[in-house]
Amino acid sequence: MALEMTRRELISVATGIVVYFSLDPYVARAADESERLPPMLAANPQLDAWIRVDPVGTVSIFSGRVELGQGNLTALAQIAAEELDVAFARICMIPVDTARSPNEGVTAGSNSMQAGGAALRDAAAQARAILIATAAARLGVMPADLAVNDGTIREGDNTRQITYWQIAAEATLARDATPPITPKAGNLYRIVGHDAPRLDIPDKAMGRAAFVQDLQLPDMLHGRVVRPPSYDAQLLALDESAVKALPGVVALVRDGRFLGVVAKREEQAIAARDALINAAQWRVPDSLPAKGSVYAYLQARPDIQVMTVSETAGAGPAISRRITATYRKPYLAHASLGPSCAVAGVMDGVLTVWSHTQGPYPLRGDLARALGLAVEKVRVIHSQGAGCYGHNGADDAALDAALLSLAVGGRVVRLQWMRDDEFAFEPFSSAMSMTARAGLAADGTIVDWQYDLWSCTFNMRPGGRDGVNLLAAWHREEPLRPATPREIPLPAGGGDRNAVPTYRFANQKIVDHFIPDMPLRVSALRTLGGFGNVFATESMMDEAASAANIDPIEFRLRHLEDPRAKGVLTAAAHTAGWMPGAKGDGVHGRGVAFCRYETTKCYVALIADCVVDRANGLVRVTRVVAAADAGQIINPDGLKNQIEGGIIQAASWTLKEQVQFDATRITSRDWASYPILTFNEVPEVDVVLIDHPDLPPLGAGEASSAPVAAAIANAIFHATGVRLRELPFTPSRVKQALT
Amino acid sequence: MPETYLLRINGESRSVTLEGATPLLYVLRNDCGLKGAKFGCGLGQCGACTVILDGNAIRSCRFPVRAAVGHQIRTLEGLGTSAAPHPLQQAFIAEQAMQCGYCINGMIMAASALLERNRSPSEPEIRAALAGNLCRCGSHNRILRAIQRAAREMS
Repeated sequence: MALEMTRRELISVATGIVVYFSLDPYVARAADESERLPPMLAANPQLDAWIRVDPVGTVSIFSGRVELGQGNLTALAQIAAEELDVAFARICMIPVDTARSPNEGVTAGSNSMQAGGAALRDAAAQARAILIATAAARLGVMPADLAVNDGTIREGDNTRQITYWQIAAEATLARDATPPITPKAGNLYRIVGHDAPRLDIPDKAMGRAAFVQDLQLPDMLHGRVVRPPSYDAQLLALDESAVKALPGVVALVRDGRFLGVVAKREEQAIAARDALINAAQWRVPDSLPAKGSVYAYLQARPDIQVMTVSETAGAGPAISRRITATYRKPYLAHASLGPSCAVAGVMDGVLTVWSHTQGPYPLRGDLARALGLAVEKVRVIHSQGAGCYGHNGADDAALDAALLSLAVGGRVVRLQWMRDDEFAFEPFSSAMSMTARAGLAADGTIVDWQYDLWSCTFNMRPGGRDGVNLLAAWHREEPLRPATPREIPLPAGGGDRNAVPTYRFANQKIVDHFIPDMPLRVSALRTLGGFGNVFATESMMDEAASAANIDPIEFRLRHLEDPRAKGVLTAAAHTAGWMPGAKGDGVHGRGVAFCRYETTKCYVALIADCVVDRANGLVRVTRVVAAADAGQIINPDGLKNQIEGGIIQAASWTLKEQVQFDATRITSRDWASYPILTFNEVPEVDVVLIDHPDLPPLGAGEASSAPVAAAIANAIFHATGVRLRELPFTPSRVKQALT
Repeated sequence: MPETYLLRINGESRSVTLEGATPLLYVLRNDCGLKGAKFGCGLGQCGACTVILDGNAIRSCRFPVRAAVGHQIRTLEGLGTSAAPHPLQQAFIAEQAMQCGYCINGMIMAASALLERNRSPSEPEIRAALAGNLCRCGSHNRILRAIQRAAREMS
């Protein structure tokens, strides 16, 4: 409590503002609930796990979050600089290293600001208090008499000063965080809430090594793997001699049906991989549900777990009309632009792996279990990869690299997947079907909402409770089992993410049909089930609005109570120049969709404009207006960048993407068989941000992707009167619907 | 059999001894330490490996090193320096025109080749020039703005 008082007094001295605390929601929260630390700080309580003040005049921040191209490390640097009262340029963000960094699990679910930022802010506030207390002791004054500017601590009258850098050694942060501490109030922010240039962009623009793919260690060898042609293909024969004789080949690795090569040069490893593909004979059974509808196949699995995840029953007006519709979303690929890569070697007896994983600690655990090593004998260091958008091949590549390194005595091996490795073996986002039934009262209000969804799991990441979720571990001579698939509990949810609408309906029942079987390998892709569920929910809202003959925005507003939800819809409508009652002309149309991500995070409303070519069925999305309320905004331009990107990627999912497979194998293996939106096809995107500096930040990184398909479907309906309920909206599908 | 090839990269001479069929990408990245160009697909489909050969944007993942002899190769590292970045590099930084940045080498190099032959391209011309360069993060509009900004700076 002494620290908190010191902090309050200090700020009142430094700013002359004394009363703001009573206006700041953080104080109310402090009184209510923050007798405990933010969860990530409680899990990693020692302050020097997070922060190191360097005598050279910098502050090193050890976040447990990883940079995936989303700019989270820049925003975390802003939070640290703000709370410590040092210039942004003094902050050095250290990539996660399991030998040093706090364990924040997996960087996913748009949680970096909401959870990671909260922990770092608190740790930084505590570190600042310790630095000031140390300075006060050194100067023989009360902490309350001191103020800080860019790491220089001054007496109120400015006569004496001392810097963080001078007292760094003495102000030890090797102590546990002590609740509670009141972080700086939003109205004092000078760094948070303002655009900060991304820390990683200059290196990438200049061509300096920035990615794990660019890592080059002394005497490094190059590895490639050869996967079975299908998930369950069995290796019948392998002519090893043809491969071993090739130039530069150091080792051919064969462990069950895990095959790999190590060579001196990268192109030699690739040539050896090609030869190894030719040298291997496989038995390839028919095991994929290629005949008929994959949705019907999935819904017919015998072991489906049926869970009612939300049920409310209330008195409402009588139902005068019912609408039922079923929507479908196919398997989608992360389709990262850079195939997965890892560098591994044994250093001082420790298997050291550089990986672009989203979860260095969970990966370390699975690597240790897969290889039969003590967890202390495995070290994972994060190094950036291409954007992953969820659980792609990154973790699998880490085990591949480790196996190849161990096969050559622990020498350093750089392993990169080829393009077809990534497409054929990455874990996809599950196919889903969603059936929504809306019961409307005579005035058009929805009074009954029945919703059923069918989906496989969205979480087969490393760190599972009862198995190893790494590809090569399943292929080795002594295979390990993957973990049992489990649904992620709400409110985050997995397949049922965003299945519970933000709208208020008198009666509602949401049922999650969780399919444990996984005919195609699946795991987390941005928004998990949210993309399918918001597609269904927001399409049905539009269908209901149309049936009720009410403007779609007006219709949504009538069913919303939360003013912030209404706020994003109104802001999007205003920016887009929404004209209630405007009719589509058969070709041009405009659609709206809304969601509150995970029902507790960022609010987003989208308005999409489309042009439909009735002759060939081609849909062009020309412009998308987005309004987003993510609470307190840390880096406005960074947030805009995420919102824009999420919309364009999801527009690509909506218009083009579907993982192709036949009875034996995945047939989407390159960019020709898995096309994505190109420069000639991407919409303009306008983003309106609604800032609440005094409210907590809400996870926003993935939020804008969820409503995209519905906004486009609704725009196509507005243009043509035709309702599309199965993704993707390819020209052939649209043309068929139009005729 | 490995042979020795003399290359001109970013205005400097460089000799390498290797198989002539080796794609230029691996020579640049692994022999010359020039990590700007990236392996994206190895199929010439995505553009991440783009470098400039005598003013033309080429896909270095499919371009044999022996065919580069006698030509001027320019990579992202050769466009500008830290002290004096190329206007395109400045513009990509100013517009924060990337998310993960894995495709950005290709975007900047394709744009550089475009601006060499057309100092003030229209927006459709920029889109057409970049249509074969894939971006998965959805940074297209920022990339367009960055190229337009660079074109203004250079004109």
